[in-house]
Amino acid sequence: MESIWKFISLSDPNIISVVIGSVLITASSAVVGTFSFLKKKALVGDAVAHAVLPGICLAFILSGNKNPIYIIIGAFITGWLSLIIIDIITKKSKLKEDTAIALVLSVSFAIGILMLTAIQHSGNASQSGLQSFLFGKAAALIGRDLIMFSVVAVILLLMVVLFFKELKLIAFDESFANTIGLPVKALNLLLTSLIVMAVVTGIQAVGVVLMAAILITPAAAARFWTDDLVKMIILAAIIGAFSGWAGSLVSYVAPRMPTGPWIVMVVSIIALISFFIAPKKGIISKQLELAKLRASILEENLLKELYRMGEKDMNTSNAYTLDLLTMQRHFPIKYLKPALRRLLKKSLVFKEGNKWSLSEQGHQKGKRIVKLHRLWELYLSTYLKIAPDHVHEDAETIEHIITPELESRLEKLLDFPKKDPHDRKIPY
Amino acid sequence: MKVEILNPAVEFHDTTVSYDRKPVLWNIDMTLPQGSLIGIIGPNGAGKSTLIKAAMGLLPLASGYVKIFDGDLDEHRKRVSYVPQRESVDWDFPTSAIDIVLMGRYAHIGLLGRISKKDRSLAMDCLEQVGMQAFAKRQISQLSGGQQQRVFLARALAQQADLYFMDEPFAGVDASTESAILNILRNLTQEGKTVIVVHHDLQSAAEFFDWIVLLNMRLIASAPIENVFTQNLLQETYGGKLTLLSEISELIKKRNIPSRENY
Ligand SMILES: Nc1ncnc2c1ncn2[C@@H]1O[C@H](COP(=O)(O)OP(=O)(O)O)[C@@H](O)[C@H]1O
Ligand SMILES: [Mg+2]
Repeated sequence: MESIWKFISLSDPNIISVVIGSVLITASSAVVGTFSFLKKKALVGDAVAHAVLPGICLAFILSGNKNPIYIIIGAFITGWLSLIIIDIITKKSKLKEDTAIALVLSVSFAIGILMLTAIQHSGNASQSGLQSFLFGKAAALIGRDLIMFSVVAVILLLMVVLFFKELKLIAFDESFANTIGLPVKALNLLLTSLIVMAVVTGIQAVGVVLMAAILITPAAAARFWTDDLVKMIILAAIIGAFSGWAGSLVSYVAPRMPTGPWIVMVVSIIALISFFIAPKKGIISKQLELAKLRASILEENLLKELYRMGEKDMNTSNAYTLDLLTMQRHFPIKYLKPALRRLLKKSLVFKEGNKWSLSEQGHQKGKRIVKLHRLWELYLSTYLKIAPDHVHEDAETIEHIITPELESRLEKLLDFPKKDPHDRKIPY
Repeated sequence: MKVEILNPAVEFHDTTVSYDRKPVLWNIDMTLPQGSLIGIIGPNGAGKSTLIKAAMGLLPLASGYVKIFDGDLDEHRKRVSYVPQRESVDWDFPTSAIDIVLMGRYAHIGLLGRISKKDRSLAMDCLEQVGMQAFAKRQISQLSGGQQQRVFLARALAQQADLYFMDEPFAGVDASTESAILNILRNLTQEGKTVIVVHHDLQSAAEFFDWIVLLNMRLIASAPIENVFTQNLLQETYGGKLTLLSEISELIKKRNIPSRENY
């Protein structure tokens, strides 16, 4: 408990460097990751992340120590190599890109693990800690790393700011970018370089196995909350930064714990919450909307059936019992009563004893639905040549979604017809 | 039926285009006149999109060449505008209509350049021309198909080009959008600009265009409209249009209608 407080209050310079380091890495990864998310290239980052492991091991074997400069150079080389190999495989063989990515990812990771095991058995004393590149160890960040991370973070952010409009365009419409003469190849190269840079620096805190999550998940979560690219990038950076901070907290409080899984847990929980509660795009709000739509369809159907019964009996203000109503059309009782109560509240229907009838307003509404139903049936049978006995089902849905604008066009197109394909009168 | 002209906007010289070595367009050889509204007509898979992509340098040519204003495309990039098929992009992209139109200014702004006030007001003008100024700030996925098509058109207008290639700008748009788009295209040609439009509806093609290119993997005709076909023939071949239907399908998709009605 005490150590948590110590961490939160940043009471020791070590903590400061750990926090700043993790936050810089995760936030800037989230920023460049937003573009790979929008380009639907999420897996590429994953392949690069796994492919840096052999580079790290190779750098260690050649230099004999864990100097971050060597490590990063090694990581950069194999990370890049993986992209080139993916590109070659996709272009020269019949394999699709996702297959090529999976292939490169697994093969290079396997090589990396073999090398790592060999190093661990070599008896070299300074190898301890190399393991932490697998799942990340934020607490291992020290002042020396910090300078480099800051440099990388600044480069990443600067490039995104400088080339923002171009990166945005190639993510949205690459062909158009090509036709206006933008150097699309160079820009794509820039973006992949930024991703490789983000990955190479990020592995210290997150680890190669889970690095892709920190690139993509913040963007995926942010997308739920906004429709504006700038806001989305900022939000992704904040989400990334928060999970980076949380990860380093865990790493500090429980030093034996790897950081990567914690960072990914935090960012995934944020994504999951967004998935449920985000306004408009979230599942809950979508379900609510669907329920509302369903309720309004039910109400319209009730008005329609009351209208049709009145039409049959040549008296539109006739009142009917629920039994008669459910005989006309099967309404589930569970939903029927609340729906009628809602209609009553809106004064679209009246209730006398146990009988229900339409108000003037309800009558108009019911009439409109019946009209739309019959117009649509007529449209289908005249314009699509669908047999009259096949048009009803379709009209049952369409009648509820035709807008007033489409309604008047439909009327004009069919020239205010008198009868539908079943020879029933179309009411206006 | 082929009519050649002098001083063309575009010249295809024995152009063959292949995907994976399989040619889909064979030896296209034609000249298209400046200042005309030109329709490229042909059935699905005829290679219409391929033809204009090849002209825009988006696809490698297996043989032949394409000349734009009697020169190389790269010399005239800023004078040429391309409107891709609406389905070619993901409209769920987090951006607004005005931002899409501003993309038409990027070539003029240049790499690293910032978008200026002038660019913004020009983009707004273009949106106004297509009747979309009220939707400038709207997220693009919330626009209807016809409105998205108008945004693409506004982006092309913002390029202030002399030659326009448009891939199916009339596909899936309602009747009022159709006539709005057609008006804009006519205005462009009246200003002496060349507009080349991929179109699949033969009947309306007869009303829309000055010049018709008939295509089906090879060139069948390239000539002024009156030389290519007569109104009667077309009316016989093609029935009424179904734009209302495509709008309804879009509404169904947008509103997430539950499929079976049991309530
Ligand atoms: N990227 C592609 N790879 C392979 N074949 C393609 C590709 N794009 C189009 N084709 C093929 O080329 C032919 C012409 O396509 P396209 O130009 O899109 O036709 P249109 O626009 O006239 O409908 C079609 O047979 C299509 O299947
Ligand atoms: Mg096409």
